Amino acid sequence: MAAPTLDAARIGVLTFPGTLDDRDAARAVRLAGGEPVSLWHADADLHGVDAVVLPGGFSYGDYLRAGAISRFAPAMGAVVDAARGGMPVLGICNGFQILTEAHLLPGSMVKNDHLHFVCREQQLVVENASTAWTNQFAQGQTITIPLKNQDGQFVADDRTLDELEGEGRVVFRYVGQNPNGSRRDIAGITNERGNVVGLMPHPEHAVEAGFGPDAADGVRAGTDGLTFFTSVLASLVRA
Amino acid sequence: MTAPAESSAATYQRPVLDTVEHAAATPDEVQPYADLGLKADEYQRIRDILGRRPTAAELAMYSVMWSEHCSYKSSKVHLRKFGERVTEEMKEHLLVGIGENAGVVDIGDGWAVTFKVESHNHPSFVEPYQGAATGVGGIVRDIISMGARPVAVMDQLRFGDVAHPDTARVVHGVVSGVGGYGNSLGLPNIGGELVFDASYQGNPLVNALCVGVLRHDDIHLANASGVGNKVILFGARTGGDGIGGASILASETFEDGVPAKRPSVQVGDPFMEKVLIECCLELFQAKVVEGIQDLGAAGISCATSELASNGEGGMHVDLDSVLLRDPTLNAGEILMSESQERMMAVVRPEKLDEFLAITAKWDVETSVIGEVNATGRLTIDHHGQRIVDVDPKTVAHEGPVYDRPYARPAWQDALVADTTAARGLPRPETAEQLRATALRLLAAPNLASKAWVTDQYDRFVQGNTALAQPDDGGVVRVDESTNRGVALATDANGRYAKLDPRTGAALALAEAYRNVATVGAEPLAVTDCLNFGSPENADSMWQLVEAIEGLADACQELGVPVTGGNVSLYNETGEPGRVDSAIHPTPVVGVLGVLDDVRTAVPSGWRAAGLSVLLLGTTADELDGSAWADVEHQHLGGVPPRVDLAAEKALASVLVAARRDGLAAAAHDLSEGGLAQALLEASLRFGVGARVSVAPVAERDGVTPFAALFSETTARALVAVDPAREAEVVAAAQAAGVPVVRLGETGGDAVVVEGPFEGGALEIPLAEAREAFEGTLPRIFG
Repeated sequence: MAAPTLDAARIGVLTFPGTLDDRDAARAVRLAGGEPVSLWHADADLHGVDAVVLPGGFSYGDYLRAGAISRFAPAMGAVVDAARGGMPVLGICNGFQILTEAHLLPGSMVKNDHLHFVCREQQLVVENASTAWTNQFAQGQTITIPLKNQDGQFVADDRTLDELEGEGRVVFRYVGQNPNGSRRDIAGITNERGNVVGLMPHPEHAVEAGFGPDAADGVRAGTDGLTFFTSVLASLVRA
Repeated sequence: MTAPAESSAATYQRPVLDTVEHAAATPDEVQPYADLGLKADEYQRIRDILGRRPTAAELAMYSVMWSEHCSYKSSKVHLRKFGERVTEEMKEHLLVGIGENAGVVDIGDGWAVTFKVESHNHPSFVEPYQGAATGVGGIVRDIISMGARPVAVMDQLRFGDVAHPDTARVVHGVVSGVGGYGNSLGLPNIGGELVFDASYQGNPLVNALCVGVLRHDDIHLANASGVGNKVILFGARTGGDGIGGASILASETFEDGVPAKRPSVQVGDPFMEKVLIECCLELFQAKVVEGIQDLGAAGISCATSELASNGEGGMHVDLDSVLLRDPTLNAGEILMSESQERMMAVVRPEKLDEFLAITAKWDVETSVIGEVNATGRLTIDHHGQRIVDVDPKTVAHEGPVYDRPYARPAWQDALVADTTAARGLPRPETAEQLRATALRLLAAPNLASKAWVTDQYDRFVQGNTALAQPDDGGVVRVDESTNRGVALATDANGRYAKLDPRTGAALALAEAYRNVATVGAEPLAVTDCLNFGSPENADSMWQLVEAIEGLADACQELGVPVTGGNVSLYNETGEPGRVDSAIHPTPVVGVLGVLDDVRTAVPSGWRAAGLSVLLLGTTADELDGSAWADVEHQHLGGVPPRVDLAAEKALASVLVAARRDGLAAAAHDLSEGGLAQALLEASLRFGVGARVSVAPVAERDGVTPFAALFSETTARALVAVDPAREAEVVAAAQAAGVPVVRLGETGGDAVVVEGPFEGGALEIPLAEAREAFEGTLPRIFG
């Protein structure tokens, strides 16, 4: 690996009022070998970052509709432009909701089918290992990533779903159990170009042994989420 | 227009503008002090203090601040014992003690933690969702006011009988309220308690604990020193919610047909709270705050009078500067409003611009409402006229103090005499009977998996959670560079406390202390939330006094100080004098411990086969008040398990050393349901069974196999250890004087127990156990 280039990679982590997992996302970037850069919703300048993470949380309290207000933040205009230009963008949970509201990704998230908030260690299968955020996974690999949300049910019309599946744009599917009633067990998707990825589970909570989900080699030892961040660093090196 | 209907007595009479001058001139004006929860003699004392009648605004302030909820008037004389029994040695780790919003404990390397558990019981019965939500919000703001970053929450929930038609309403509301608010704050929920018992039917208990972290240098105390400093109110606007909540909701029992006594419960906005947390942390970091206080019960009345009296001078406030959600609020209402998500800060004039820039960045509405002065008085103006002129100490600290009569209840002796033995409650003997008993206990609502609740809470956020429910304690990292962190556990067994409140409180401490040690942390400090019946009922008052005595003594013996806490009284709706008048006395005790590396915290179950299963501690035949007596016989009587704090201390030292030396692969304390429950839980944790024998315990301790499996004797724990290192654990236990016996080993997909009982070994396949354990709460509450 080209270590010096990786060290130079600057990954922005965008904070909105009500964002919760921004520090976790910054830690994940750091542990993967990148340099996290804090971005503020009211600042339209992305400060020259190479990629952006929209972390989880309840931006603007999920008021009106999750992500509906945040998409109008000055920083989001810059993110949308950059994403259209090919910059890697990852939306986690509330970040995914914001990406769909900003029309960078299709579909939408509604309340979980069982109506409860759910927090669990969720198994996913990686169905597209060629996006900017998944290129270090093996196609078809099963990973364990914490999931925690209230409005996590992915919905879209059948034509969109067929299109996503036909174009290989379903990046993750829930396995073992569909935790929220998402259409066709979809947990995460990408855009046509493969630089924008959104998913409901939280990879930034599975990056450090001792604080992740349980794994075969120990209690809370799961670090499958780290691969999202090493993947984007690898994609930046290639680019 | 028709004439207005005759106003009812309950209608609040809006004064024109009851100024200080007007009050002095109209001494005979009748004031609604009784409706505000004040007794006649308390009202007279206010008149004596002021040398005139209080204005309406002053009356509002005194009434909320002198309520049971704010003044601890019935418990104060007894709570002093916690402080009196703190030795110099116990103060070693204490940076700030009882009396502040929360105590501050030194955990090493320049780090400190502050933690506290509080109740929000009565509002949670009236309006479960908002009651529970604002309970979380309140305790989190308490922790912020110490200058700390909140890092985790826990909640201790007690509801009525699962079969009662009203229980589901309260359960669903409270659980989603804790989750809906807590999950939005980005604080991991790392554990708590969940108990169902008919005694909590009309009086559910919703306690919430928060722990925060700060550097030693960053402790912020709530006081208003410095003449000329600005008094700033920021956060949410002040509205009409929760007016009178402090004095009325929390102090009086609910009576039908008195709507005026049921004002609206406060309504929480977790988004505002999250923004307020981040805003406060940035204010602290910028060092622009001299003093800070959260607005909780009694709102501005409490914050201004406490800040002013904790400083050296006085304070002047202009109520017209308070930002209102409802412009029609009168002065008394503004002073009493318990609108959530508000903070008050004292700021030097030269730091004001910097302060305002930070609140503006976070879009937090901010208003300078007053100034610190040297008058020694708290004065408040409204519409340009003086409506409050008081000595703030008389409001905040010099409220009435009662030494209420208390006496051992008439029914206590009969309750104690009604033992399981005297009743001749049939005990299982054969393998099949014991197996069926173990499964029924495992599926009982109080012993079954709490995942239905805890899976609705975020335990991952912040990325520092090393252990959470269902492990014995919650563990969070404090320092990312060293992995130093803290463990927390809370406990209370209301059934034990009902049989003997003094012992019950000590047992609650013993179990929380044991739980913290079981994950491998060194116990350091205690917080408590004392949930009891009416202080005006001598029976309930006796329970409170006994519990405080028992807890204060036990803290002294274990060498862990109480650093702060809360008292919730009036959890009583039955006819006085009866055995079932009030809730089970419920002294919730939280213990905080420290770990030098949280990654080594010990989980409550084993993941590998072939580990030796050891039992530490001795077993006696102690089944009165037990889960067995409850689940199998719906019986409560006799005496609770004996407290042996020396044995707890010795056990804890072995468990802490086992973690430090990397000896313990798993550890789980024995409590409700005894050894059988502990074995099943430890096996279900990671789906690895065990094959054990109770014969060595039964023989050594002279108890029946039934008692060996279901007795609730304290100071016991299971430890799973690599056979190659078993001798080290045994030697350490023996050196500490802790009896130790090898029960068997881990492995297989069942819990198999051999014993000297009829019918051969009893075997519980894990799949069957899991169905019993995990099926119960979803089946009831789905």
